[in-house]
Amino acid sequence: MATIEQKGMYKVFPRSGKNVSYTHYCPGCGHGIINKLIAEACAEMGLQDETIFVDPVGCGVFTYYYWDAAHISAAHGRASACATGVSRARPDAVTIAYQGDGDLGAIGFNNAFQAASRGEKFGCIFVNNSLYGMTGGQMAPTTLEGEKTTTTPFGRDSSLTGYPLHVCEVFNQLKAPVYIARVSVADTRRIMQAKQAIRKVFQIQKEKKGYAILEILAPCPTNFKMTPDKAAQFVIDEMEKEFPLGVFRDETADHVNPKSVEVPLVKSCMELFQEKDSIPAAINDAGFAEKRFKFAGYGGQGILSLGLTVAEAARLERRHTLWFPSYGPEQRGGSANCSVVVSGTPIGSPTVEHPDVLVAMNQPAYERFAADVKPGGTIIVDSTVPVLVEPPEGVKLIKWPAIKMAEEFGVPKAANTMMLAALKKFALTGLTAENLETALIASFKKKPELGEKNRELLRKAEAHE
Amino acid sequence: MTKFVKSNEAVVMGALYAGCEIYFGYPITPASEIAHGAAKWFPMLGRKFVQAECETASINMMFGAAGAGKLSMTATSGPGFSLMQEGLSYLAGAELPAVVIDVNRAGPGLGNVYPEQSDYTSAVKGGGHGNYSTFTLAPASAQEMFDLTVKAFEMAAKWRTPAVVFADGLQGQMMETVELPDTEMKAPDFSAWAAEGTPATRNNLVKSIYLDAKQQEEFNRHLQAKYAKMQADAMSESYLADDAEILLVGFGISSRIARTTAETLRKEGIKAGCFRPITLNPFPREDLAKVAAGKKILTIELDAGQFADDVRLNLAKMCLGAEAAALKMINRMGGEVVSVDDAVKAAKEMI
Ligand SMILES: Cc1ncc(C[n+]2csc(CCOP(=O)(O)OP(=O)(O)O)c2C)c(N)n1
Ligand code: SF4
Repeated sequence: MATIEQKGMYKVFPRSGKNVSYTHYCPGCGHGIINKLIAEACAEMGLQDETIFVDPVGCGVFTYYYWDAAHISAAHGRASACATGVSRARPDAVTIAYQGDGDLGAIGFNNAFQAASRGEKFGCIFVNNSLYGMTGGQMAPTTLEGEKTTTTPFGRDSSLTGYPLHVCEVFNQLKAPVYIARVSVADTRRIMQAKQAIRKVFQIQKEKKGYAILEILAPCPTNFKMTPDKAAQFVIDEMEKEFPLGVFRDETADHVNPKSVEVPLVKSCMELFQEKDSIPAAINDAGFAEKRFKFAGYGGQGILSLGLTVAEAARLERRHTLWFPSYGPEQRGGSANCSVVVSGTPIGSPTVEHPDVLVAMNQPAYERFAADVKPGGTIIVDSTVPVLVEPPEGVKLIKWPAIKMAEEFGVPKAANTMMLAALKKFALTGLTAENLETALIASFKKKPELGEKNRELLRKAEAHE
Repeated sequence: MTKFVKSNEAVVMGALYAGCEIYFGYPITPASEIAHGAAKWFPMLGRKFVQAECETASINMMFGAAGAGKLSMTATSGPGFSLMQEGLSYLAGAELPAVVIDVNRAGPGLGNVYPEQSDYTSAVKGGGHGNYSTFTLAPASAQEMFDLTVKAFEMAAKWRTPAVVFADGLQGQMMETVELPDTEMKAPDFSAWAAEGTPATRNNLVKSIYLDAKQQEEFNRHLQAKYAKMQADAMSESYLADDAEILLVGFGISSRIARTTAETLRKEGIKAGCFRPITLNPFPREDLAKVAAGKKILTIELDAGQFADDVRLNLAKMCLGAEAAALKMINRMGGEVVSVDDAVKAAKEMI
């Protein structure tokens, strides 16, 4: 076959290991015409170097053999999601997604619709041939009422399958798209109009204006089971009746991209994550006996931050430290608990099955965890909690009026600080008094006046016998 | 410099230090903090955050970004990870680098948001269609959530493969100290193969299709040969293993339970040690064979035995069939975690 050089197309197409100069499309296929128009537009506008085509799975799958530009071959239905990734990654490129009506209208409808709704900066060329070409002519969402396909052998039954999906009309409900139009390639006049519309899609991308979708009605003679001219006539007579041609929206002239929300920018990861007074990493000290803590109470009693304060003090002392909130089935509505492990050596299991110290701020917390405490361990329970169950043998029980003291001091929210006072007073953490206080102050980083106030309260509470 | 952070946040930090440029994601507990951190920190560094409409979209957006030559990531959990399998297969098929974090929750179905390691097969063996697998790493601490995320990007770029950081719902919530490096990595240059919309990359094509069966087979052989070479990047860690009589084998969070179990057993005079694969694919089978030969093996895991089966398989591949046959497992599922008490008991029963 003679090679006819075609603008924007490769000279030969190395399909299936052979170099050929004809496309894989059936004679009279709309894709063939549209492929030519796209290649021409891209070349004529000088955009081949900057265009990234996202190719579909469908009869358009092999466009990468034809258009002389960069290509990414997406999964079936995902060209719009893929093009979103491409255009976000390469905002300076011209990104064009090419999709069929099964690809865009069925499996990938939400991806296409959401991309349009986000106003992604790519152009979508959507080929509507009223059925699934590649897989053997099955019904697509765009199949006409009564149209025979391999999955509607008696004709599309609207009582069971609804009505043809009007993609442009649906997308036209969205605010973000810049351009929405439907054209046809059923005859020469229509092809000329289609070419202009395709150029528009490229132009919008070149100018980074925003999302554009162009639906192109196309014949599939093979699955229509018609000759090419009859198939083209079917497009004009039947498809165009259902899918009227026209421009639904064209804001190219007056489109302004919305203003971005301001983001405080930093120059590097180091600047972003820098920490004033960063604590040096833990040191290994096998002489320091590992301590496991459980803090439990109601949400709002400051249980999690009490745990964090102990963890911070441990870090100040360069101990290996782990904190984590209640997990899994331990989580119950209204209750809060967290675990802290402090160790001289790298910490193994993060779960605290047998705490050395249990801080229980309410009755359920006490009853849930008291039996787990290690022999030789300690339970500090708030004195408002009725202790109906004895602690296990060898476990020391301290009833501590944390809630009451906090109320007496006029700071009911500081019950957790009152508990810290007990941990400090009875030397239950293995950590120095100084580090516990420093950690307490640090926990109020955002409200320094409260830090000092809490230290005062802490010392006052410690005086309690 | 150190920071006391939630493991899930350490992942985002690792990604940023590794040069990841775009985050695509759809919220799901217990991975959502990763999206929250990314939504804030990526834009502050002039990088991008995109909230996708579903996980299918996330992974295909990553396919697009990777195809266009940029490192991207997502984080998800079970149900979302399932939706990503087709996309992961396409990434592997097109040999594209990208990183997915799976913070495993309990399943099957909706399950709950508590920890499990039950996505093992899909996270390690390639959960999608076709002959492929991912480079899969299993962190066990906040520091490793950082380090192994960095490593995942390095491996993804080095091997042109999707990489998975396989964590769990308990781990994601833990806070520990993380040491941050004082330099960050530059985004790699993929212009040799990526479609970047530049004159130099105009004729690049990113695809996973080979219509010709012979070519498709050749590509499959190429992939398998690449996976065999990846074995050189397998990573593991042993602890008290040399003189051990019983070897506790677990990955991720389970490896930490194994560690405490071994320490507890040692205190009682039982010679116990631990082995943990840090990379699950490639599986460090040579390291395993070195420490496992002649030992009793107990696996600790939060699944139904998928990991135990993989350990057996790898032992058998290393001609340790007797060890494989005698292997025992202790497991919990549904969000429950193996307790050290139970692991100690199980180990004692084997002696
Ligand atoms: C996940 C998935 N499901 C199904 C297919 C099979 N498939 C390939 S193309 C196609 C439909 C193509 O129809 P359309 O998008 O209308 O394009 P056309 O071939 O008509 O141009 C289908 C169902 C696939 N490749 N992947
Ligand atoms: S099957 Fe239809 S859509 Fe596919 S190439 Fe042939 S005519 Fe074109």
